[in-house]
Amino acid sequence: MRVLRILLEKEFRQIFRNPAILRLIFIMPVIQLLVLPLAADYEVKDINIAVVDQDHSSYSRQLTNKISASKYFNLVEYTNSYDEAIRGVEKDEADVVLQIPASFEKDLVKEDKAQLFMALNAINGVKANLGGVYLRSIINDFNGEVRLEWLQLPRFNPQPMIQISSINWFNPLLNYQFFMVPGILVILVTMVGSFLAALNIVKEKEIGTIEQINVTPIRKHQFILGKLIPFWVLGLVVLSIGLLLARVFYGIIPEGSLFTIYIFALVYLLSVLGLGLLISTYTETQQQAMLISFFIIMIFILLGGLYTSIDSMPYWAQIFTKFNPVTYFIEVMRMVVLKGSSLYDIRYHLLIVTGFGIILNGWAVINYKKRS
Amino acid sequence: MESAVKVERVFKNFQSGKTQIEALKDISFEVGRGELFGLIGPDGAGKTTLFRILTTLMIANKGNAWVDDLEVVNDYKEIRKRVGYMPGRFSLYQDLTVEENLSFFATLFGTTLEENYELVKDIYVQIEPFKKRRAGALSGGMKQKLALSCALIHRPSVLFLDEPTTGVDAVSRQEFWELLRKLQLQGITIIVSTPYMDEASLCDRVALMQDGRIMDIDTPKGITQKFSKPLWAVGAADMYSLMNDLRSDERVDTCYPFGQYHHITFAEVNQEIQGIEKSLVDKGHTNLSIQKIEPTIEDCFMELMNQ
Repeated sequence: MRVLRILLEKEFRQIFRNPAILRLIFIMPVIQLLVLPLAADYEVKDINIAVVDQDHSSYSRQLTNKISASKYFNLVEYTNSYDEAIRGVEKDEADVVLQIPASFEKDLVKEDKAQLFMALNAINGVKANLGGVYLRSIINDFNGEVRLEWLQLPRFNPQPMIQISSINWFNPLLNYQFFMVPGILVILVTMVGSFLAALNIVKEKEIGTIEQINVTPIRKHQFILGKLIPFWVLGLVVLSIGLLLARVFYGIIPEGSLFTIYIFALVYLLSVLGLGLLISTYTETQQQAMLISFFIIMIFILLGGLYTSIDSMPYWAQIFTKFNPVTYFIEVMRMVVLKGSSLYDIRYHLLIVTGFGIILNGWAVINYKKRS
Repeated sequence: MESAVKVERVFKNFQSGKTQIEALKDISFEVGRGELFGLIGPDGAGKTTLFRILTTLMIANKGNAWVDDLEVVNDYKEIRKRVGYMPGRFSLYQDLTVEENLSFFATLFGTTLEENYELVKDIYVQIEPFKKRRAGALSGGMKQKLALSCALIHRPSVLFLDEPTTGVDAVSRQEFWELLRKLQLQGITIIVSTPYMDEASLCDRVALMQDGRIMDIDTPKGITQKFSKPLWAVGAADMYSLMNDLRSDERVDTCYPFGQYHHITFAEVNQEIQGIEKSLVDKGHTNLSIQKIEPTIEDCFMELMNQ
């Protein structure tokens, strides 16, 4: 115990003497949590639209007004030349072009149907997709209004109408930040756990201090515990800072209990630290360790369900996410924070992440050698 | 067994890409208890590899070794409690203070600075004024002393010092060797490696190493006595052309530059020096000085290398 205590004492001393690590631990979460959720927003607003009006009728103007009145669209061009509008797309000034052909009003009145043409700039796929959907719904709406204007209301609705109204559970206002902040917090904790732990051990190798440690009678488990515990604690500190910031700045108060979050975080950190430890046993320099952890964490994050929904991934990628600890923590965070899930609800997550922890740490311990 | 360290036919290979590097080839030697033993050889001779095997950091491909009568592979746990190792590169925590480093390593060995203060006293008093300073901010000589204190903190029975004086100034080097002598008086066996030939004479016995082999093991005196030929030191105003002239002279066997003189031996043992001197004067060398000298370890090393 005395040995472990002096190891921990030494580790914390070194951490607190390293301004770079302190900054990483205390400032990074603040900046990431304050900037990222505001910036990484999926909601698409401000779609620039160019309307090519070749009809110049009252209906075409009515439609144009309806579009520009919507908060999703900015009317950037109103012209009668399609070429000119497309040039706007080429210059990236417009995202969507709506062409209203010359006979629009005539066809609509006479033949009871008319055609419109829509061109989308698909360089930004999400924007094009959503822009198209919004525009279609505005046009549908317009269609309904026009018909209402014409028809002498019959006694019965000639077509059966189904109206759909929806309610968003757990996040009624679809507040994007409620969804992102817990996920970003997970990434922060993951990075502190894996990067810092891996770098710390490899640093001892690189500087040569591990040589001096290895000739002492210190036991393998003492050394490894001496390395894991400090970053375990730091991970929890980062998590606490993050939860506090989420509460203060975003008003996110977990529906579920903090106890559940911390229990899961304790186990989760252990498996992430195991990953860091494992990386450190396979690398010789901090640069190697950095690059490898960067690569792995990048994949974990991109396939972790934070930025893209796992349900929309191809099947093989969904299988992969089952082996990604980040996925489980992001899910658990969202479940507990938004839905108020209890320990019982996340029992499988807990079990699987415990498994990861055992496998990764076990592998690392076996691979860690005091001599070559 | 009266030996503190015993090495028997040790081989060690490294795989470097597709080529095998033989770092140690058939190394055998013994070091007696309380001896100050020197491993002398240039960089790449295999000194550090040998140390790493003896301090249980590395396992030899072939052969056996014992430290304090303990086998290095099987009894490594016990050996780690008994040996002190100071690696060639400064391997203490640069971001911890002198005091923290010492108490850290003392605790790892289950002891305290106070317990073995007697042993490290001579060294510690020199670094004590800087005990609140971080190790990284110490001068080279101070770093060495701190590293030595840390290696001694648990009163090891065998102390391994890998090139402790490399990169240390002349005064500190001398001080360092005096410290080693004092430690020896306390009954600690010391094995020290160095690339400096002049330090060999400060050891009780030395092993001359080159290319993974031990060329000779003897007392420094014994080694110099084995030098078979008369040795002459030759100096002149233009040392470079002097060397070229000497080397092209077929009566001269070897000629190596040593500081301000060239050390030469002759092909014939009974070669008269006057003949050489005359031909050098004829070639226009001025300020010529020739004198017979006693061979140093370095001369012996050069001779052994050529065999």
